[in-house]
Formats: sequence, C-alpha cells, structure tokens
Amino acid sequence: MRFSKTNNLKLAVIGIAVFALAGFAWTGGLAPRVDNTLVGTLGDSGLDREAVSIAAFNETAKVFFSARCANCHPAGDTPTQGDEMTPHTQGVTRGKDGRGVYGMKCTTCHQNENLDGPHLPPGTTKDWHMPPAPHKMPFQGLTAGQLCRNFKDPKQNGGFKTAKEAMEHVHKRDALVMWAWEPGNGRSVPPMSFEQFDAKVKEWVDNGAACPE
Amino acid sequence: MAKLSVNRKQYDVDADPNTPLLWVIRDDCGLTGTKFGCGVAQCGACTVHVGGEARRSCVTPFKAAVGKEVTTIEGISPDSTHALQKAWIEADVPQCGYCQSGQIMSAAILLKENSKPTDADIDAAMSGIICRCGTYNRIRDAIKKAAIAGGAK
Repeated sequence: MRFSKTNNLKLAVIGIAVFALAGFAWTGGLAPRVDNTLVGTLGDSGLDREAVSIAAFNETAKVFFSARCANCHPAGDTPTQGDEMTPHTQGVTRGKDGRGVYGMKCTTCHQNENLDGPHLPPGTTKDWHMPPAPHKMPFQGLTAGQLCRNFKDPKQNGGFKTAKEAMEHVHKRDALVMWAWEPGNGRSVPPMSFEQFDAKVKEWVDNGAACPE
Repeated sequence: MAKLSVNRKQYDVDADPNTPLLWVIRDDCGLTGTKFGCGVAQCGACTVHVGGEARRSCVTPFKAAVGKEVTTIEGISPDSTHALQKAWIEADVPQCGYCQSGQIMSAAILLKENSKPTDADIDAAMSGIICRCGTYNRIRDAIKKAAIAGGAK
C-alpha cells in the first residue's frame, strides 16, 4: 500500500500507538485493544516500512563501525588506526577543518594514493581528512541508534536537512568512502561490498530513515 | 626527465616518478641536510616543505612535488639566519643533531601559521618529530625564542 506524504505524520502517530498497545498486551497478557479496521487500512504497511528501515540501518551500521570507516570518526579528536583501532601514532589531532594542525596535517604523510609496503600510510585521490571540528560526526562509542539519529541531525551531520541529503556522501561514491574497499597493503575491508552497503543505505532512507533504539 | 624546483633553483631530474622525494633531494640535487630516519613517515627527520606545507619526503613520491616549490633546510634562509636557526644555536638545541632539520622545518610551519604558539600549540605541532636524544625541552625553548624574535622570518 502506498501513502502520500501528508499521511506520514498520522501514520507515525498510529504506528507508535500500535507499538505501545501491543507491548502492553504482551507484557500484561491482554488481547490488544486496537481498532483492527484502522490498522488494517493505514497501519500495517507503515509498521513494515519502519521495521525494514531499522533492519537496513542495523546492516549499514556494521560498515560504519568497521575499522576502515570508524578510525577517522573517533570519539575524541585523535583518529585511530589499524583493525585494533588504537590511537593514531604521533599524537595526530583533528584541527578546525579536520585536516590536522601545522606541520602535522593529514597530508603531511598521507599521499594521493596508497603506498605499497608495510607500515606506510594509506591514501586516496581525495585529500586525506576527518570530519571538521564544527561537526565531528563520531562513529566510535555510539550505539547504532545514536549514530542513526546523529545522521539525521543537521547540527551533527554538517547541515544536511534530511537523511537522504546526508547519505549523498555515500551515494556519490566519495573517494574517502570508496577507499574503505580498496585500502591496500592487506588491510581488512568492511563486512559487505560497497554495492550491498549502498543498497542498504538507500533502503534505510527510502523506508523512512527510522532509527533503532 | 622532469623539472623540480628546490630552494628556488631548477633541477632536471631523471628519476622514477614514484621515487621518494627524499632521495631526489639528497642524491639528484645533492642537498644532504634532509635526513633519512625511518622511511615510513613515523619519525619526521625527513620533513621538508612542498608548496608551503610540511611533507615527509621519505613517503612523498617525487611526482607529487613536480610543479611545486620544494624548500629544504638549506633553503629556509640564505645564510642560516632564520629566527629558528638563530634560536636553535642560542638554546644549544642539537645533541646528536640528526633530527634537527626536520624539527626546524616543522617548527617553521608552526610559526608561519601561529606567531605566538602556546605550549599546547607546540606540542600539537611537534609531536610527530622524534628526537632520539630527548631534547624536547630545548626545542620548545628555541621555538619560543624564535617566536619572540620575529617568528617565521
């Protein structure tokens, strides 16, 4: 069943009410006192979409929380490195623009390509950097639900008004995003292909960008 | 053959484009003030300026410096009178001396961007340049002396 945008708010309210009533019924052992006609005509598909959206986000979170992505989205201002996600050597810090400070900028060492050999810094065609200070976009230390809500918060995500806008970073195959799947030197890659990840991000957004708890 | 500008002098360099800039500077240009330390951008001894930014020359492919101005310790002043060089001597910073060209080149970027650095600024700017003799207190002292004396010049 398809719904117009004007119905979305109504559906969301009904959806929450249905969840609350269902929860009450399960915990209390009572039959749900829901108007079945109303749920049947308006609620089922909305609930399905929310569940699909949440499930899709939980899949994407496995990528966001993987080392290749989360190392540059730390909880503090020092990036991490390696699959163990240890603090970056040399006391590297974010700087205002996410590109490091003074003679300790990301591109002081990270080149425009991966360097071939053990312990050499990775790189990609786009200048190596992390999110800037005004919107740090931490991944580390968050639950999937917190990360999801941050993606939808313009104060956190860099001013994007919608989840769809925020996810353009992924959809337009940003070089830093794509690097995660070609990290070089035997580094591990995220737990699904970029195409699978991209599809799950789209599924999350297209089904309402709902968030886990 | 490619043209490389180092310390405002043009060099014709016949090197593989992926050759680390460090070896081009030392072997092709004959400028041996820049040192090899670790070879993996971990120690900072090889730091030079490329296009006005600090770069670890041991991991910077030669091709990345073509078309940009490269500055080494030999080019930071014509007669060793940069404020940092004078402060380095005044504070008697070097012990073995191996890291000092990397230290000074990194400190020069700091003073270019921040003429009155605090201790925290100095820590943030210099934490990637290792001194095996542990002269960090004298390095900090010299950077402050250079800042007072006129900073980046």
